[in-house]
Amino acid sequence: MALVLNEEQRLLKDTAKDFLSENMPVEALRTLRDSDDPTGYSQQQWQQMCELGWASIVLPEQYDGLDFGFMGLGAIIEESGRTLAASPLLSTVVLGASAILLGGNEEQKSSLLPKVASGELTLALALEEGHHHAPLDTAMAAEAHDGGFRLNGNKSFVVDGHSADKLVVVARTSGTAGSADGFSLFLVDGDAKGLTRQRRKMVDSRGAAALSFDNVDVSADALIGELGQAWPVLETVLDRGRVCLAAEMLGGALECFERTVEYLKERDQFGVKIGSFQALQHRASLMYIELELAKSVLFDAFSAIDDKRADLPQLASLAKARMNDVFELVTNEAVQMHGGIGVTDELEIGFFLKRSRVATQLLGHSGFHRDRYASLCGY
Amino acid sequence: MADLDQFRLEVRQWLEDNCPASQRLPITREEQVWAGKNKQFPSDDAKLWFERMRDKGWTVPEWPSELGGGGLDERQAKVLKEEMKALGCRTPLFDLGIWMLGPAVLEFGNDEQKQEHIPKIARGDVRWCQGYSEPGAGSDLASLQTRAEDMGDHFLVNGSKIWTTNADKADWIFCLVRTDPDAKKQEGISFLLIDMDDPGVTTTPIELISGESEFCQTFFDNVKVPKANLIGELNKGWSVAKALLKHERKLMSEIGGDTPGPSFGPVQAALEYVGTDENGKLKDAALRDQLVRHEMAYRAIGLTHFRTFEERMSGQADSNVPLIMKYVGTEEGKRKEELLLALLGHQALGWDGDGFNEDEKLTTRGWLFSKALSIAGGTSEVQLNIIAKRVLGLPQQ
Repeated sequence: MALVLNEEQRLLKDTAKDFLSENMPVEALRTLRDSDDPTGYSQQQWQQMCELGWASIVLPEQYDGLDFGFMGLGAIIEESGRTLAASPLLSTVVLGASAILLGGNEEQKSSLLPKVASGELTLALALEEGHHHAPLDTAMAAEAHDGGFRLNGNKSFVVDGHSADKLVVVARTSGTAGSADGFSLFLVDGDAKGLTRQRRKMVDSRGAAALSFDNVDVSADALIGELGQAWPVLETVLDRGRVCLAAEMLGGALECFERTVEYLKERDQFGVKIGSFQALQHRASLMYIELELAKSVLFDAFSAIDDKRADLPQLASLAKARMNDVFELVTNEAVQMHGGIGVTDELEIGFFLKRSRVATQLLGHSGFHRDRYASLCGY
Repeated sequence: MADLDQFRLEVRQWLEDNCPASQRLPITREEQVWAGKNKQFPSDDAKLWFERMRDKGWTVPEWPSELGGGGLDERQAKVLKEEMKALGCRTPLFDLGIWMLGPAVLEFGNDEQKQEHIPKIARGDVRWCQGYSEPGAGSDLASLQTRAEDMGDHFLVNGSKIWTTNADKADWIFCLVRTDPDAKKQEGISFLLIDMDDPGVTTTPIELISGESEFCQTFFDNVKVPKANLIGELNKGWSVAKALLKHERKLMSEIGGDTPGPSFGPVQAALEYVGTDENGKLKDAALRDQLVRHEMAYRAIGLTHFRTFEERMSGQADSNVPLIMKYVGTEEGKRKEELLLALLGHQALGWDGDGFNEDEKLTTRGWLFSKALSIAGGTSEVQLNIIAKRVLGLPQQ
């Protein structure tokens, strides 16, 4: 268990902070939004991030990775949350690459992962079908067809699904919705015949898509892992995603909180700084407490990934549920404490508020994770 | 690290060899061994265990060995604590002197005072209690009025202290007293040690909502106290008190570790008193949610304890984080008691007599007692004030 960053990880975090605040401040997201950018992130900046090694950081050296561990990646992602930097880091590096690394065969790993590392290849995980995160309820069917597989069905809320070069599609080759049996993962080209991708304009201005599969045919080697046995791999992929997303949320919440505390020290009303009011001081202190507890949880969750611990599912649910709640608390309080200006588009606090709710629904809201945690603990 | 691993093995072996089997069972309130002139041992095993730990200096593992302590560093002390926990070894000796006064004397006392008091605390010869709050000085502790008048060769003490925990059983009391009534609030206070046997000291227990009377009020009527009993400089008692409060808050944030309570935790109580459905889920969905929220919060708090320790060890100490622990520990501790009450239903509402087993009665009393946790040692509201001021730097009115 490591609950502090080592020297190298701290250095990495500082580098990320410098790069992001200089190149990708919240203003950059506003520009993407206002210019109606079709991708939802800047390709050029993504290339710069890849040059800094962020796409290769958790990959093994044999696939051109740095093998630096998730604790380091988490530090970067936390910083990216502070500036709400839009990039395919989560979709490609955390979700997509993990699916290939944990489930794929040698041929798939050696042909695809080096391209992820270099930034040539972007990925997206096509999972959701309903209105809430519910992986077990997956219904999309993949049937054996012509030596390969034929996919039919719809996917929603696919992060970076409209722009990714390849999709990792979660489908059923057997079993019914609600069962963990029969899950299979498939690699599908973004421009595959029969695949329709529609960008959805989300409240957080980031990229997400609705996908429809109409007789999309893939060859047998598109299958990642064992046929019908993908559930354990998918769980770990999702848990990595949940922890990393929680780290992004922590960064966002910290930034939002610090900006709010600064405002409490600046804003005059009734002839004094509003931060001198106990009604606001106690609420600020409570937010600080929640954030500190969240930091500890996240450190341990990243340790659980890096040490391949058996309690990763618990930690992932703990981290995601906590950050959902904390980010919601902090963004709501940030708006309220800023007063009237808090509900203006000019103030950047609104961007954090919007991102918070998208991130909450992504990979499981708090109720999902509390239920999961309770079941994992035997009650 | 290798040294520490070796140390761990030695500790484990020593505990295996020296801790009697009966001293590895969960402890009840009656079985606690408290320090004092007339120590009571509930059993021969408890006496043996206490004596072995005392002789090793492990009643106070981190204190200097020449003063009766174990001479361990913080890492070693943590290993000892972990190994004791793993084996279920009971805390061999209970005393406020160990948790609070000792660290203050070691930090602020002169050599004579250390020689006089520290070994006695380590050996459990003297039971200490604390005299801070007064009827008119609670959260606003610095407004305390108990006077210690300089009479040349001694102080003359008059006034009263309240919430003096176990003062009716204590041999000595450490007090905050006003030595300069004209100075600004915090500046006229001194830290004084008083023998409870001195003429003029009287104590009355206070009955609490839990039916217990741990807390007392202690009165001082023209009590003569030798000047040698002043710890730290005259009128500088506030800084001693502040250092000591940190120990108290740390202690309270860790509460639950060794305090007697029901033999079950919330999860066990839920399974037993609520039961599960065919999917293994707790039958009552609302209680299940309440339970899991608490369990998740406890885990986060536990991890934060570990984090502060690791930060200290790696020299990245963020001195602000420990400030939150008193608040979160006691507030979540109260929620745990409310949860247990809800889980046990009618069975946690008995007061006495038949129809309720010991665990159930302990749950009821524990719930009532827990209400004091967020009041004693600085209320939760005061803790939030401190965070706002010291950590967040928010302006003061």
